[in-house]
Amino acid sequence: MLAERIDARVDPHKPHLARLIRIDPMVKDHRLFQLRFEDPKLNDEFTHKPGQFVMLSVLGVGEIPVSLCSSPSRKGIMELMVRKVGRVTSALYALRENDFVGIRGPYGNGFPVDDMKGKDLVIVAGGLGTAPLRGLLWYCLDNRAEFGKIALLYGSRSTKDMLFRSEMESLLNRDDIQCLLSVEKLDDEEKDTWRGYTGLVTDLFRHLGEIGEDAYAAVCGPPVMYKYVLEELLNKGFDKNRILMSLERRMKCGIGKCAHCAIGYHSSVGYRYVCIHGPIFTYWDATNLPEMI
Amino acid sequence: MVARTIPSHANIRLLAKKNLGDLLEVLGRWGTVYAPVEKQPDVYTFAETTDLSAIALGYLRTALPPKRFMYPPEERLYNFTLSKGFEEPPQSEDRQILFGVHPCDIHAFSILDLVFAGPYPEPRYFKRRRRTAIIGLDCLPDVNCFCYSMDTDSVERGFDLFLTDIGEDYFVRVGSSWGEEVVRACKDLFTGLKEGSIEEYKRRADARSRMFESHVEMSDMPQIMELEFSNPLWEELGEKCLSCGSCSIVCPTCYCYDIIDQFDLKGDSGSRTRRWDSCLFKEFAQVAGFNFRQDRSTRVKLRYYHKQIAFVEEYGRSSCVGCGRCIETCPAKINIIEVLNEIRGKKVMSHAG
Repeated sequence: MLAERIDARVDPHKPHLARLIRIDPMVKDHRLFQLRFEDPKLNDEFTHKPGQFVMLSVLGVGEIPVSLCSSPSRKGIMELMVRKVGRVTSALYALRENDFVGIRGPYGNGFPVDDMKGKDLVIVAGGLGTAPLRGLLWYCLDNRAEFGKIALLYGSRSTKDMLFRSEMESLLNRDDIQCLLSVEKLDDEEKDTWRGYTGLVTDLFRHLGEIGEDAYAAVCGPPVMYKYVLEELLNKGFDKNRILMSLERRMKCGIGKCAHCAIGYHSSVGYRYVCIHGPIFTYWDATNLPEMI
Repeated sequence: MVARTIPSHANIRLLAKKNLGDLLEVLGRWGTVYAPVEKQPDVYTFAETTDLSAIALGYLRTALPPKRFMYPPEERLYNFTLSKGFEEPPQSEDRQILFGVHPCDIHAFSILDLVFAGPYPEPRYFKRRRRTAIIGLDCLPDVNCFCYSMDTDSVERGFDLFLTDIGEDYFVRVGSSWGEEVVRACKDLFTGLKEGSIEEYKRRADARSRMFESHVEMSDMPQIMELEFSNPLWEELGEKCLSCGSCSIVCPTCYCYDIIDQFDLKGDSGSRTRRWDSCLFKEFAQVAGFNFRQDRSTRVKLRYYHKQIAFVEEYGRSSCVGCGRCIETCPAKINIIEVLNEIRGKKVMSHAG
């Protein structure tokens, strides 16, 4: 019997205490939380793949999935970008530096960084979509020699809505990444200093340089963005299997059991739990999973 | 004609019906025995008893499946304090015996095993599983039983002992080393096979399989359901369904759960609890600012597609065992047998009753 063979000594639901070591307000209702496990051994051992997430507990309030927005190439501290949208995130915002939260993970498949090595990469982000992509971005830049050309296309409503603005603008000074930034509306006082474009993130595609045939694209942003961005990527000749997207769903377990994040159903792709089969899916998956986007 | 010798089967015994009470008493010494009792007229439940006269041996289905003995409706996962974090409360080590479990429910446990194993095995479930013995009992179907179609009308494994009524005796199959120990410890209660026992067993199995009135053709069901993704039937079911979640609660294989955190009154400590959830509930796929399953029809559909396609793909079989509880329970009279047959394009046979 299966029940006799299963080794179930590790409790996958148990969160570990982590300390909020720094809280940085970003744009309105967005904060960057830096955390460290209380257990130094755990902190040393913790690593993740870009695109993975953790389950974050605000004690007594609840547990939510949050993308890791730091890169595993920078160990010791994990960074989570959290937008204040609901009950748990509001409670998180009430915490101060040095307070404890619970963390378990990392979970999910993450970006297939090993397959992406040696290939060109285009990262397309809209709004808060930078959160799961920032880890990938820095992972690639920290291992720059292992990747082909890298381009970042990041669109936001205005410069005030840009996340990691100074970090993103600093990329404009590097010659090993093509950094294309756009805002839909530019404030008058920025007219002379803004180094990006005005318009939608899709408008940035016309500035994108030559891209290899086997290039990868990683996309994350608000739902309205996908349709147009995906169209641009297909026009550029991207293979549907190499267009990667990060999905969001309600999750209670993160470990493929509670079933809240289920999406389905097509025999060529199958039924998927966003938590263990995702959160990174290809565009090919999406075209065969009618409930996906 | 040469008289046929009675073959000896190491894993088959006979238990005279008059000895059943004694067996229960022995089982009661090993652990807590839960057996089907009639709680209200025609409403059965697994309750603690070793009293044979209280046990409803002829019960058909309990209102709630026995899954709660492995996976309780609500369980405390952790206690926490703000300074020390999460700690697991101690778990019971008590042994329990489920007596009188029907084949569909035994299959359901094997299905739950698959779910709670996976890449992140659930220790609480498997601890309970290992301190639980299962004594199976055969049954005769009613119109809501379609285990025959789901290939769960008989069991080969997943029990310690399995009792089949063959008249004066129970035909007892031994399914585990624990079951064998029980047989050995109660030598006086069990005997070897008698002349004609096997023939009687086969005759009853045949008669039983002829009793099934409801059938669902399951071959190619995943493909057919995929083709019927846009069938207006799903909208109609969405109109009928009350989103009450009863079908999930009574389903022996539904396992979705929610997790709820609570502070104690003092505010520096509290608990995290896991509770059965249902994919029919409106908040099931709600995230801040968006609901991925706003329409009831998408939620009803999810339940069917998860059981009949998704589970098949992931684990090689449907997670429905044909127990008929959801049919009996649904206040909107949604009948899974009719739904699956309609999806197949078959005229629905009406079994009014």
